[in-house]
Amino acid sequence: MSTSDDLKTKKDSVEAGDGSGGFIILFFIIGLVASLISGWLLFPKLLYSEKKQPIDFNHALHMELVDEGCESCHFFREDGTYAGVPKLAQCIDCHEEVQGESPDEATFVEEYVTKGREVPWLIYSQQPDCVFFSHVAHVKGAGMDCATCHGPIGESTSLKVYEENRITGYSRDIWGKNISGIKKHTWDRMKMDDCAECHVKNGVNQSSVQTGKGACFVCHK
Amino acid sequence: MKIDRRSFLSFVIGGAAGTALTPLPWKLTDDLSIWTQMWPWTPVPQDGEVSYVNSVCTLCPAGCGISVRKVDDRAVKIEGMAGYPGSNGNACILGMAGLQLLYSPTRVKTPLKRVGNRGEGKWKAISWDDAISEVAGKLGELRKDQSSAVAGIVGSDRGTVPQLLKRLLTAYGSPNFMCSPSMDDSYALTLKLMHGVSASAGFDIENANFVLSFGSGIIEGWGSSVRMFKANSALKDKKGKMVQIEPRLSNTAAKADQWVPVRPGTETVFALGLAYVIIQESLYNKDFVENYTAEFDAFRQMLDAYSPDKVAEITGIDAEAITTLAKAFAGASNPLAVCGRGQGTTPGSLHEFMAVHALNALVGNINKKGGVWAVPAPDYIQWPDPELDDIAQKGIQTARADGAGSEKYPHTASLLNRLPEVINSAAQSPVQALLVSGANPLYALPDSKAVKKAFDKIPFIVSFSSQMDETAQYADIILPNHAYLERYQDVPTPTGLQTPLTGLSKPVLDPLFDTKHTGDAIIMIAKALEGNIAAAFPWDNYEVCLSETLGDKWDALVENGFVAQDFQEPGWEGAFTTPSGKFEFVSKACAAESDKPVFSSVTPEGDEKTYPLILIPYDSMRLSNGFIGNPPFLTKTVEDTVLKGNDIVVEINPATAKDRLFSLNDGAPAMLSTPRGEVRVRVHLSDGIMPGFMAMARGLGHTAYDDYLAGKGANFNELIGPAEDPVSGLDSAWGIRAKLTNVPI
Repeated sequence: MSTSDDLKTKKDSVEAGDGSGGFIILFFIIGLVASLISGWLLFPKLLYSEKKQPIDFNHALHMELVDEGCESCHFFREDGTYAGVPKLAQCIDCHEEVQGESPDEATFVEEYVTKGREVPWLIYSQQPDCVFFSHVAHVKGAGMDCATCHGPIGESTSLKVYEENRITGYSRDIWGKNISGIKKHTWDRMKMDDCAECHVKNGVNQSSVQTGKGACFVCHK
Repeated sequence: MKIDRRSFLSFVIGGAAGTALTPLPWKLTDDLSIWTQMWPWTPVPQDGEVSYVNSVCTLCPAGCGISVRKVDDRAVKIEGMAGYPGSNGNACILGMAGLQLLYSPTRVKTPLKRVGNRGEGKWKAISWDDAISEVAGKLGELRKDQSSAVAGIVGSDRGTVPQLLKRLLTAYGSPNFMCSPSMDDSYALTLKLMHGVSASAGFDIENANFVLSFGSGIIEGWGSSVRMFKANSALKDKKGKMVQIEPRLSNTAAKADQWVPVRPGTETVFALGLAYVIIQESLYNKDFVENYTAEFDAFRQMLDAYSPDKVAEITGIDAEAITTLAKAFAGASNPLAVCGRGQGTTPGSLHEFMAVHALNALVGNINKKGGVWAVPAPDYIQWPDPELDDIAQKGIQTARADGAGSEKYPHTASLLNRLPEVINSAAQSPVQALLVSGANPLYALPDSKAVKKAFDKIPFIVSFSSQMDETAQYADIILPNHAYLERYQDVPTPTGLQTPLTGLSKPVLDPLFDTKHTGDAIIMIAKALEGNIAAAFPWDNYEVCLSETLGDKWDALVENGFVAQDFQEPGWEGAFTTPSGKFEFVSKACAAESDKPVFSSVTPEGDEKTYPLILIPYDSMRLSNGFIGNPPFLTKTVEDTVLKGNDIVVEINPATAKDRLFSLNDGAPAMLSTPRGEVRVRVHLSDGIMPGFMAMARGLGHTAYDDYLAGKGANFNELIGPAEDPVSGLDSAWGIRAKLTNVPI
């Protein structure tokens, strides 16, 4: 039968002794190493494009000047909705004229304040449209700190580079800087699992306040 | 070293194993799933600060209070404004779709000057200064020898903007200020002749418990549509009765307690038949008739010709049914008879209005709870008369181009329906320049072809439209108004409301384009014309004019959106200022036509042999039929028994369909022709229309506006011609003779 022929052929080739078995392992290793390198190092570089914020904002400097911490600028409106990134109107109160010597300050006043244009800030924590997230429920309701999700951004003196996912258009901060998804702090990632982890840990009501439906409907209305 | 197939496979396997050990597959899967939810064409609601701005809707004469929801600077939803008289928290389907007019691609974004042929759609954007000086230059030139050859057309004559245009024409020296006609004109004339007062008709429908409607589409947009919907529901809740006298099974007829399908055009006769029974059976209100009315005997004599048997013969309704209905109407504690066909956008026969109003008088529910009230117009516009120079003084003495106020039609203020024929029959058009604001005569006047021909003879047309509608398309200069949600505007009493009310439409957001308020444009034109004309406009701009005009009401209007006048039911004492000082059943104004019967009926145009059928129009809440065209959301709701694809559908009775030389199945295409025009239609077999008649929806067949409206269906006005009412001169046509012919499928 052909089985004995196959065995013979195999034996022959091994006996041929020109090291083709070693080559096979070598190629396996080359493939393995190449893909590991491209997967771990090259892929993240290709996946994200780097964008600079229009103005380099100094959070730490502003934190010293305000009384109510983050909420001084990132406030809640009267109806409980969250205002998010401040609008130009808020900045104008102090920045009608150029203050200090920072070139960013000059650009800000020239390009945006005098022209009445809103600054196109890039938002690190912008979630996809299918996610319903209420700041007031977390900050006012559950009494969470901003830093729990956003990290110590209030202490930063300049804005980091915004890494935009070329496929989804969202910031790298949602998946997390660590490409393997491992996190050290609560604010390292903002994926669904991270929301769920905290919700489960704290025994949050597992149904939507608005629709009364459970599971997915808590965040996906 | 030999790289063979095995080595390669080994490399691939190694690569696959390695890849599986990297985050790449998992991360890509995740990103792709997010990507699929992020198609760039998926509409995403804007995020931002939510606010509400209260205003008043000016898309139709109903003037409902609206509350517009905004996210930052974008208006995202229109709702009803709670507490506004009449509409109180609700809005109609057109009002709710209004944002599509605001953000419409057919908005006129800047002043335009025509560069191609009329209607060709070739425009040049020009600056406001150039546009105003061009218009003023043209008008200034014309003023030298023919000032009265300038005409203005508005939607309604009430409110500051139409009055500013009227003032401009007066100071300029032209009497030709014209309004788009509607049932309000016929009701105003009815009150003038029968009550002797200048007022609009208000209906205390909320307190009525028996509503007798002569073809009025109570739930099809008649009067103030939102208020009428609510009143109709309330009437049902309190077990009141609603009787619909209408040849076609409209929604109102279908929802009524009783549907009386009279032959079209015999409504007047039917009303007189009811009056006959009420008088014969002595069911009328003796107190009112004996003490407050005149000419009752003449009326009674005239009614001799309208016994139930005779009326049955003419109208096709059983004599017994007529008697029963008359008794039920007179027996109700608060009966109310109303008329004005469909949405009331056509004035109709004055005699019909008077006959129906006579029914109200017989049961004594005039100026009383649950009845018809004569409502004086709000009188806040108290501008001093403009000082006229010689040209103006001479100009305004000339006869009006449309014949209103002439010996023939002394009671009517404006007869726009007559204008096209006057122009077409003259060697040189009596109108040399036309200013159009808040109206779309090229679409909305009967016999569109004749209107277009007349417009061709007018050398200079200026449109103030914010939308590129049919008339704007045909203009020489467009001075675009702000959209209705971008401007201030006073809104006098909603049509049919029984108490005087002043509303204020407020800007919900800043103007999106380089537009100007028509009030401002008129003031600018006046100032550019200098002299006495400029002096007649002492205001810096329209907002100053409006706030000064409204005086102490202004603050309350800005705050609340409306100011309601304290107004109680007027009652009978001293309410009538006719020559006899009483309510007049038969007016001398009507008797002047010696060769015609006191109550005339209108026969449809056309020869019976050539045109064996009669075409009548109908109105629908889902079709905007005034000067505003349907926004896309509204057209989406139109059923395929009204519009199928791009074909308009006409309703015919199955018996009529069988009776033809060719047979017509439901949905079959056919050519519909009338003496005035011809269109391709599809037929819909319906038992809701009587044999021998056809019904077609109004509000379709636009040639202007966007792809969601232009070219859909046919414009009923292309098929019908005007018929002058012998007393008022207003258009009283209710239908036209027509025929259907086969078309190859």
